[in-house]
Parts: sequence; C-alpha cells; structure tokens
Amino acid sequence: MDAKDILGLPKGGPVGDKRVRAPKETVPKKLDRVSREVYALTGGLPPLIASVDTKQRQASSQKISWQWLPFANSARTDGLQLSHWVRVVDSVVPTGDYAFAKYNRSVAVLKYTDDEYNKHLADTKWTKHETDLLFSMCEQFDLRFVIIADRFSPPRTVEELKDRYYSASKAIILSRATTPEEVADHPHVKDAYNFNYETERKRALGLLLSQSRQQEREDAEVLAEAKRITEARLSKVDEQAEQPSAPGTDLTQPSTDIAAAATSTTTTTRGHRVFLRGPNLGQMVQSMLSSVGARIVKRIEQILLDELGVRLEPKIPTESICREHLELRREVLNLVNLQKAVQWNEATVSFMRETHPEVSTPNTPKRGFRGGDRAAAVSGERIGKRDHKRKAPARFSDTPPSPPQQKRARKLKSES
Amino acid sequence: KRVKNVELSVPIAYGTISFWLGKKADDLHSHKWTVYIRSATNEDLGPIISKVVFQLHPSFNNPTRVVESAPFELSESGWGEFEISMTVFFQKDAAEKTLELFHHLKLYHEDDNAPQSTKKPVVVESYDELVFQEPTEAFYSRVKNLPAVHVNGSPGELNVSSGALEISNERKRGDTKDHQLGQWFGKYSETDELTSIMGARQQVQKEIAKLKSMLDSEAMKLKPSAP
Repeated sequence: MDAKDILGLPKGGPVGDKRVRAPKETVPKKLDRVSREVYALTGGLPPLIASVDTKQRQASSQKISWQWLPFANSARTDGLQLSHWVRVVDSVVPTGDYAFAKYNRSVAVLKYTDDEYNKHLADTKWTKHETDLLFSMCEQFDLRFVIIADRFSPPRTVEELKDRYYSASKAIILSRATTPEEVADHPHVKDAYNFNYETERKRALGLLLSQSRQQEREDAEVLAEAKRITEARLSKVDEQAEQPSAPGTDLTQPSTDIAAAATSTTTTTRGHRVFLRGPNLGQMVQSMLSSVGARIVKRIEQILLDELGVRLEPKIPTESICREHLELRREVLNLVNLQKAVQWNEATVSFMRETHPEVSTPNTPKRGFRGGDRAAAVSGERIGKRDHKRKAPARFSDTPPSPPQQKRARKLKSES
Repeated sequence: KRVKNVELSVPIAYGTISFWLGKKADDLHSHKWTVYIRSATNEDLGPIISKVVFQLHPSFNNPTRVVESAPFELSESGWGEFEISMTVFFQKDAAEKTLELFHHLKLYHEDDNAPQSTKKPVVVESYDELVFQEPTEAFYSRVKNLPAVHVNGSPGELNVSSGALEISNERKRGDTKDHQLGQWFGKYSETDELTSIMGARQQVQKEIAKLKSMLDSEAMKLKPSAP
C-alpha cells in the first residue's frame, strides 16, 4: 500500500503472519484514506482504547440553552437597546450589568466658572475662548493631547497645550482648597508639568531618533569607552583600598571626569594618585588592548620583539619612554590591522580573478578565451610584482598567505 | 588643596646587592646582602618618603623591618633567595596611599659555573619612577625644587644650591652619593632606549604608509568595470 511503502513498513504489519494479514488488509479497505494512514501510524492495528468518546458525552445535570436577549449597558447614555446571546442555565437568566461597562473610564477634567477664570486663570498667551475650547476637548478626547493638538485652532504645540491645561488645573485646585496641605498630594500639585524640560526632552528624542547609523555607532563607541574607563578606575580604587593607608590619608573618591578621560591617554584624570610608572604603563597597555583578540596581541608582541628589537616592558620607564612605548604599541596595532586588510584584499582580488577574469583587468576585451589569456598574463605580471614587493622588507610581508585565499583557489580549481 | 595638571616624578632605583662570605660563610649565613630603595641620581629621598617597611622571609627574626630614615636600606645575612616586599610610606603632607614594590633577592650568579667571589657581588637593580599626580599644594611647594624630584617630566631645575648646603651640615646623610656600595649602583640614561623606540616607531610608520598606499591601489583594482 502507498502509505506503508512510504513508511517502509512491512506490508503485513508488525505481525508478518500470512493468515493475519488478510483480515487486517480488508478492514482498512473499507475506511477512507485518512484512516488508512492513521492505521499505518499506529502499526496497522486499531486503537485498543478509545481516547475520546465523542458519541457519548456525559449528560450534564443542568439544562443549558442559549437565548437571544436584550441587555442593559450602563456605559451608554443614549438608551440604545441592544441584544446578544445569553447562556441560560436551567431557565435562569443571568443578571448584572453588561460585563464590559466597567471599562468605560473617563478623566475627571475640571470645570471652572467664569469667576474662577478671571481670578486665577488669566494668561497673556491664552484667551478665555481658547482655554474653554482646550478643556472641552480634553474631556472629549480623554486628555489625548496629540489628538487635541491636531484639532486645536489656532494651532499650538502639544507641550503648550499640556502646559496650559496642567497649570490651569493646578491653579484651580489650589484656589478651591482650604489649606495647601490637603491638596499637596494631588498629582497636579505634586508633579507639576515642566514646559521647558518637556520641550527639551522631545527635541532630544527627535534628534536621537533621526541620528544616522554612523552617529549611532559613534555614540555607542564613546559610551563603551567611557564604561571601560570607569571600570578600570573602579578596579584601581579597589586595589588601593586594600593596601594599608597611611594615617591622615585623604580617602575621598576622585572626581570622575569621563569626557576628559576619553581623550587623555598617558595621564588618567582620576584626580590624585601615586603610582610606579613601570607597572602603570603595563596597565595602560592592557586597557588599550582589552578589546583586541589574543592572537593579535601575540602578533604585536612578536613584531615588537623580533622585528623591531624593542622590549615588551621598557627597561628604563621614564615619562618620555613610556609615552613613546604606548604610541609604538598603538602604531603596531594599526600595522597589524592594515596587514590583515591587505591580505584580505589580495585574497579577494585573486578570487575575483579566478572567477571573473574580465572584472579584475579592466582593459581586457570581452572575448572569452582571449580574456582568459590576457588575465593570466596580467595576473602573472602582477604576481611577479608582488614577489618583488615581498623581497624588499621581507620581515613585514613574510606572513603565510591567508587560509581563505588558499582554500578558495583550491576550491575553484576543483570546480573548473 | 591639590595642584591640577601637575605631575611630580621621582626616579628611583631599587634592588639587592649580595656578597658571598667566602671563608666566613656557614650553613645558615652564606651571603651578606643589602636591599635598598634609592634615588636614581643618589639624591636624598627623605623629604618624599617617611618610611619603608621591608617584609622579609618568615624564617628571619622579626621579618617586618621598618626603616624610618634615608637611606632606605636593610642589610642581612642568610642562605636563601626569596621575594622581598617593600611598602613605601610617603610624607604626611603628600596625603597619599602607600605603594608596594617587590623584588626577588638573588644570591647566586646566573651562570652556575662561575666561581663565587667575595669581592664581586650579585647585583639586581631595577629602575622605576614614583609618579605623584595632582600632588597636594603643601607637598608640591616643599619638594618641587629638590634635585630628586622632576616636575611634569622635565629634569629638575638647577636648584642644587640650597639642597646641597643643607646636606653637608647634617650628621647623617640621606643621599647615597658616597654610598659604600655606590660602585655597584646602576647608571641610567634614557637616551639609548628612547632612540631605539623612536626608531622603531619610524619604521612602523613607514610600513603603515606603504600598506595604506597598497590598499588604495588594490581598492581601485577591485572596482568593477562597466559591463
């Protein structure tokens, strides 16, 4: 059978008995396709125990029916009568308010009299008409200031509307209160709206959102750098805290100056401290290389020792020597990264040459075989040039060709 | 209270000098050695350092030795090599924490075959600098003109006059200029190492420039030609 073929099961089911096979095969024939495959899943046997008895549901003791009934909704003010399906149990209709009426919340927007307006709410930038309009819209739109701002006339910014609403409400509350203490906890009084702060905040958010990807990266880098520096400082403070302090030592925390620290290199602007210059240089080198992989660190040290003949730690750590050493380290790091870039470039160029000979040699005409020849000739020339370059300062370029370059070359050759 | 943007550096040399005792040696005292911290130019460190606590191997009697005046050194006799720790306490007006230095006492020559001599000691000395960043005003004004102190990296001004006269009148000198072991002290000049590092930098810079131009020309080659 098809399903059994697919499953690779023996056609007779697990019990490969010829006598048993016949009745088994006839039974599935009666049923439709789906059941046949289901039988195949279960191994060709019908299920021994029914999992769900769909025919005989236990009759519940209650009599349940559904009725289409009108209902009352306390959230409605217009008296519209609607109906819906109601689950009736034993002829008992459920009572109670409409279940969703409790979600009909609204904001308690204050209402002021004209008298109150003239006494407390007079403002140079707002007419009474505008203020009335604002308050009525606040009620209508549940303090959704963005919507209010869209519909407000004359047009005003969201911050201006908020400012007017909250300061007016606060003034009214204060005027109505008998004592200031009793309303001191009111949110309008306690957390007053700060117009300047809010406009500034919105502006800053807008700037942040409209930053280009480049700026985002720069910000992230600066923050990471600052974090690293503060962590380095904190660990140094811990180290010093462990040492016994001389009597009368000033143990106040050095003032943190992260922006300046991000720019300074030799002097850590951690405020005052005393240290030994040699070990300090070691720490600075470590923090400089903290984000660099171990392999690159080893390569830098190898270049310093073998090719430049410079000690990893200066023998005489004076200020100028330490400074120059740190700069040298930085430059060697730069060099190592450039070497990698050049290797990668060469790998890409040779890869391109293998696959697209006409691309890497722009002067080649587009004829196929000719192009191949020319490319080979030109690449041969270029290879020659590269060897020549390699001979000159052999020390720097004698790194073995990068594995991807070798792998790619081999792979392409096998393909072609 | 503190002077901003000022760095005081005090170049020091510290280490051990050890003599074989020759005939006078016995099992427990085969060498006589001295551990010290001195100014690299043999000036008096007393105005800067109030005391140094040398922590010796526990097998020594009273292994914690306190030296409260310059010259900050300690002589002992023994048979074994171990690590000595030196805790430097600065003068009160510096208001700074202590600094710890470590040094491994070496009694025997590198070359095992070299015969020991009572006249030629085993000397291991290291150069370093005590750097005070943003020193207190009191400390700064007191020490800035001392020959042992360099302000902001520049070698001390030629204010030798007042300092030298005072020293000759003192009963016990704090400087190590005429020290008994002075002939074994190292002399440190930064020129050689500085020249070597600067030369290395130039080499690296040239190589960087070369690789950069290579990268630029390669980048041109990789640009696809018009299809």
